[in-house]
Amino acid sequence: MMMSGAVLYVETFKEYVGTMETEFLSMTHINKRYAGVHALKDVDFSIREGEIHCLAGTNGSGKSTLVKIICGVEQPDADSHIVIGGQEHHRYSRMDAVHQGIQVIYQDLSLFPNLSVQENISFNELLSGSRHLVSWKNSRTIAKKAMQRVGISITLDKKVADLSMADQQLVAISRALTNDVRLLILDEPTTALTKKEVQALLSVIKDLKKHGIATLFISHKLDELIEVADRVTILRDGEKTGTFNGDELDDKKIEYHMTGTNTTYTPYHMEPDTSHTPLLECRKLSREKNYADIDLTIHHGEIIGITGLLGSGRTELALALFGLNPPSSGTCSLNGEPLDLSDVQNVVEQGVAYVPENRLVEGLVLNQPISKNIVMTVLDNNLTRLGLLDDRKLKQKVDQLVKELEIKIPSAESAVKTLSGGNQQRVVLAKWIATRPKLFILDNPTVGIDIAAKTSIHTIIKQLAREGMGIIIISDEIPEVLYNCNRVLVMNRGRIIGSFDAKQTNEDEIQSFIDSHAL
Amino acid sequence: MKKLLERHETYVLAIIILLSILITSFNPNFLTLENAFDLLKSNAFTGILAIGVLFVLISGGIDISFAATATIAEYLTVIVCLQIGGSMLFAFAMAVLIGILLGMVNGYLIDRFSIPPIITTIATMNLYYGLLIVFSKGRWLYTLPPYFRSFADIRILTLSTANGLPYGISIITAIWFALMLLASFILNFTRLGRSIYAVGGDVISAQRIGIRVRMIRVSVYSFMGALAAVAGIVQALLVQTVAPNSIVGKELNVIAAVVLGGASLTGGVGSVGGMFLGVMLLAIVQNGMTLMKIPAVWYDVFVGLVIIISVGFSSWKAKRRSSGAIIDVQEAPRTHSEQTAGGSR
Repeated sequence: MMMSGAVLYVETFKEYVGTMETEFLSMTHINKRYAGVHALKDVDFSIREGEIHCLAGTNGSGKSTLVKIICGVEQPDADSHIVIGGQEHHRYSRMDAVHQGIQVIYQDLSLFPNLSVQENISFNELLSGSRHLVSWKNSRTIAKKAMQRVGISITLDKKVADLSMADQQLVAISRALTNDVRLLILDEPTTALTKKEVQALLSVIKDLKKHGIATLFISHKLDELIEVADRVTILRDGEKTGTFNGDELDDKKIEYHMTGTNTTYTPYHMEPDTSHTPLLECRKLSREKNYADIDLTIHHGEIIGITGLLGSGRTELALALFGLNPPSSGTCSLNGEPLDLSDVQNVVEQGVAYVPENRLVEGLVLNQPISKNIVMTVLDNNLTRLGLLDDRKLKQKVDQLVKELEIKIPSAESAVKTLSGGNQQRVVLAKWIATRPKLFILDNPTVGIDIAAKTSIHTIIKQLAREGMGIIIISDEIPEVLYNCNRVLVMNRGRIIGSFDAKQTNEDEIQSFIDSHAL
Repeated sequence: MKKLLERHETYVLAIIILLSILITSFNPNFLTLENAFDLLKSNAFTGILAIGVLFVLISGGIDISFAATATIAEYLTVIVCLQIGGSMLFAFAMAVLIGILLGMVNGYLIDRFSIPPIITTIATMNLYYGLLIVFSKGRWLYTLPPYFRSFADIRILTLSTANGLPYGISIITAIWFALMLLASFILNFTRLGRSIYAVGGDVISAQRIGIRVRMIRVSVYSFMGALAAVAGIVQALLVQTVAPNSIVGKELNVIAAVVLGGASLTGGVGSVGGMFLGVMLLAIVQNGMTLMKIPAVWYDVFVGLVIIISVGFSSWKAKRRSSGAIIDVQEAPRTHSEQTAGGSR
């Protein structure tokens, strides 16, 4: 009884030899209406056995609704038609989906951070058996086999909380494979990974394909996925714009199908006025095991991009300039006045603002209303004569910023957590713009948000710079810094190793420069 | 060795050893078998409650009502036993049934209505304790059934001191240790135990993977209730009187002992071994003060200090481990400033 899981496993491990053309899942005329909202409009969708399929669309395009229907969490309207594994399903539930071998890996991975890798992988088996006792030996065998199948090795006794995002994802995949999987659904799998980690993930997926396991990626960032995808289905406003073969699409076309418009990048060009005192001037900033010999000059109206691999010291430098990671040596001045980087309060008062990378954790109070989040930074400047908060002035401020940043909100009093990723990011921006900073540091400002929202955030950033603000954008994505900055700095191992004029360079040049310095 | 240093338990043990050396240097009576056995007996009450609290904390909850549960189980059982006779086995069985019932109410309320556990159990603490005081009119019970005394005197190992007085391991200590073994087995080797850790680690993940979270929660609070009831009877065995107001008020000390032993208030972490060390550390502080002739009023002060030092130290270590970037900064700069950078033109 205890070994049943392991036996099952060996059977499903056989090489897959069937034809690619058999449809594993076919859905036709899928409609879904929620109280007045037509979330999916007559969508046809299919996945072939062993296929790698991408489902793309901006936020609110209906892709999550479609996925919920595929895994049986939501039921489509009555006229919809679902066939899975050659079998028609009239009332298709979560349990049906599990029996058909459909496994979902959610964006948050749904692992147990407090338990070991081994236990996380083997937990399904513990729950499925009829025995109430744990066999740690059996659990170890299952975990080892699952990892072998994925082709990875992570220390089994490590706590999941101590793993990198990439490793956690592999653990989640290993766990899904302990069941008899036919279709693996990955929700936004690449947002938290570096380029190298994405490549490792894709090679795992390609390997699963050889065993006849289909994969469905749900993403709004397709650039890395497109090269392995057999087919891509794109949704817009609840309608399918089309299903395409992977090789007939490129970034531009995907963007067009997703948004319905072609955005043209307007690069940010400006010639800094070097006769004035620079906005920020840093000389030889160093901190042990963080960054070394940082020389940095930023003029009014400049947007400086900083890129480099994860662990190059970018974020450490950004934190340093905001006073959260003070240098042990070196000097820094803002508008010619010395800037004391060892005191955040002082740095904020001098006019430096910082939007952290992990906006959900660090930038917002998610349960509080939008209005309170926006004015959080400026409470001191909006007091009545009695020293109480001036509600009228604060409300004006909120209304003005909401309008200025085009934040789409039901009401300024709804909690921030009810907003989409892009709008949350705008609330963070609004919070700091309210302080009218002189220098604005943005760490990966558009991670995890879709193209449409991205573009509008970039427009806002450029507008702020034109008004004279100095801006630093830190990003993994070279296009992001290239098309939005006038100067791009490359960091590696704690040092600035290269500086490029955005007008005179291109993506490939920067990429190969980074690669040539990679360890 | 490195792994050992990462464990919270190691530090608690180190503090216990240091304290023991300190106390022994003042009063050599501390480090005797007699004193050790006595400590293990007199702290069985706290120790049994701590097992229940450990389960609740691991599952990500908290319980404030267990002292009230213990008192009700103790009081009702003794009254019934006085009426109908009964036996020790009957007393334990009846108390445990009452405890499970009261615990189930907690678990059900917390899960069904999503009331934060701390609020739920503060409410039920008041409810349970209030009802007891109303119906008992706060009366103490001075005479217990005779088998309460004879059972409390049982020793499973008897030695005698130099001047011929007998001492040894009490049956009460044995009950505590048996319950710790049982708890350790449940936590480490059963589906239920691992599911408790899983729920405490991440409730949403637990639901998604198919763990019946309500069942787990109700089980955990029922188990807490059962242990509180056993502790109630043990208390009656130890002091040979039953007072409706003698236990309530000790909740925070028990929770502190469990947290001292490495359990996390945010759930998902904790072990029986750590819990035992936590209980013993507080016990030794109290015992040591008596042996060192420090006035008892200082007890709370020392307990506060011990908790801050012990919990603070390991939290601080964990914080140091997780924060602070470690970047392998390049040694000799070949190209480091913007002006001389390789890519600039």
